[in-house]
Amino acid sequence: MDSVQVARAHIEESVPILEIRELSKSYSIAGGERPVLGGITLDVFSGEFVCIVGPSGAGKTTLLRCIAGLLAPSGGAVLLEGQPVNEPPAKLAVVFQDYSRSLMPWMSVTQNVALPLRSKGYGKREQATRSKDALAAVGLTAAATQYPWQLSGGMQQRVAIARALAYEPEALIMDEPFASVDAQTRSDLEDLILSVRDKLGVTVLLVTHDIDESVYLADRVIVISGSPTRVREEIVVDLPSPRDQVSTKLLPRFSELRAHVMTLIREDRAHRLSD
Amino acid sequence: MAFSSPVSRRRLGIRPIRPLYVVAEIAVPSGLVALWWVLSKSSTSLYFPPLSQILSSFHKVWLFHDFKADAVPSLENLALGYLAAAIIGIAVGVALGLVPLLSDAVAPALEFLRAIPGVALVPAALLLFGIGPEMKIALIAYGTIWPILLNTVDGIRGLDRVAGDVAASYRIRQRDRLFRIVLPAASPQIVAGMRTALSIGITIIIFSEMVGSTNGIGFQILSAQRNFAVPDMWAGIVLLGILGYLLNLAFRGFEYYLLRWHRGMRQIAGN
Repeated sequence: MDSVQVARAHIEESVPILEIRELSKSYSIAGGERPVLGGITLDVFSGEFVCIVGPSGAGKTTLLRCIAGLLAPSGGAVLLEGQPVNEPPAKLAVVFQDYSRSLMPWMSVTQNVALPLRSKGYGKREQATRSKDALAAVGLTAAATQYPWQLSGGMQQRVAIARALAYEPEALIMDEPFASVDAQTRSDLEDLILSVRDKLGVTVLLVTHDIDESVYLADRVIVISGSPTRVREEIVVDLPSPRDQVSTKLLPRFSELRAHVMTLIREDRAHRLSD
Repeated sequence: MAFSSPVSRRRLGIRPIRPLYVVAEIAVPSGLVALWWVLSKSSTSLYFPPLSQILSSFHKVWLFHDFKADAVPSLENLALGYLAAAIIGIAVGVALGLVPLLSDAVAPALEFLRAIPGVALVPAALLLFGIGPEMKIALIAYGTIWPILLNTVDGIRGLDRVAGDVAASYRIRQRDRLFRIVLPAASPQIVAGMRTALSIGITIIIFSEMVGSTNGIGFQILSAQRNFAVPDMWAGIVLLGILGYLLNLAFRGFEYYLLRWHRGMRQIAGN
């Protein structure tokens, strides 16, 4: 517990790797504009694991697409290492929710992982080594020559994670990455991403609607809610590391944090329903 | 999570060859030919000669007396026209598909041109090109380009948003984006267009040879009919059937190889 607080203090002093400043986004609809994001401000520090949690329909995917440079915001700014993000930055890798659409079915697992490396200008041998290492990191060495659709859903999402790791990003952006797999696979993947973070020291920003997942994974949970969506509260998760699916979730502190996040999201839902 | 057992043949999309199917595939056509043989055996009709006569004509004319003079030019013109249509159709289709504004702008014009059957342009093509191979190649290219081009446009425009997001967020360079993401994603639709185009091409080559030519399978069939060499006429038609079958078989092989991922994926999705 103490060591975690020391680590946190260290993080607070450092410069954020990712800064999101008053980010807003509206979509034009018939007869005007529909605001989705209403000025979101948050920081992510190097090496941190941040979960953004919010109710469905809160514009979580829109937020991530803006952060990843895939969607131009209507207002505000995203800064990666101090540089404004106007297009997808080279130091950011994205893991998408729907692995069946994010992996190319005409390519083998290795080819999928190596594709971004080609564009980075790595030679054939370099691509092969890096792909192999990334696949080993997610425990998929044996599946290298298969097609993604020959694998289970959880294994396909591991391929997508391997592709992101091989890209060697400063920050990993994940959009509900475990929402399409069964519960058992989900906890396996949660532990996988935690161990990868510990081993490689990559910064992770993960969006989810799953409250347990956000508290279990994160160093800090950011609850977003409202219409248009704003940051409701930032919660430092002072649970000991490494996390464990059984013992961590048995801690009274886990239940408290979980209940706290749930209350925030419920209030928002009640508010929406009364509108 | 442990690895699943070694991937089964079914998961790989390899269907075991079932002996019963092979037997049926050979038995049914053989049976039909035998039936034709028996029914036409004692025919005295001038128009429907016995199969034995047709086969001996077939042997005399096509194995291989006139094959080089007539079948080879037909196949050559078909191949050249079809390849030109495939190359131009895919290239233009990609360009249009990548620029939605452009493809919307030219869509009515394309639909108009496509609505004109290739064979309707034979008279015009005769005026422009004479009765040489250029006329046939141009006609085939014209007639077969539309399904290829339009399917390419559709396939390219239908690229999944997530695939586009992956290409953008991983900064995939333009060349790889085109050849490793956009074109493979569209390939099932492009190949479907090419399949339609192939049968259109066969129709056009035969018709153009019947109307304006001094050689070719179509020319042979028509001149046999005009000379009352009815068995020769039927022999030409049989040759067309055989060539059509073989071309389709070759195309299936090409498709089988190129779209093996697509077939495997669909088989798994269907389970």
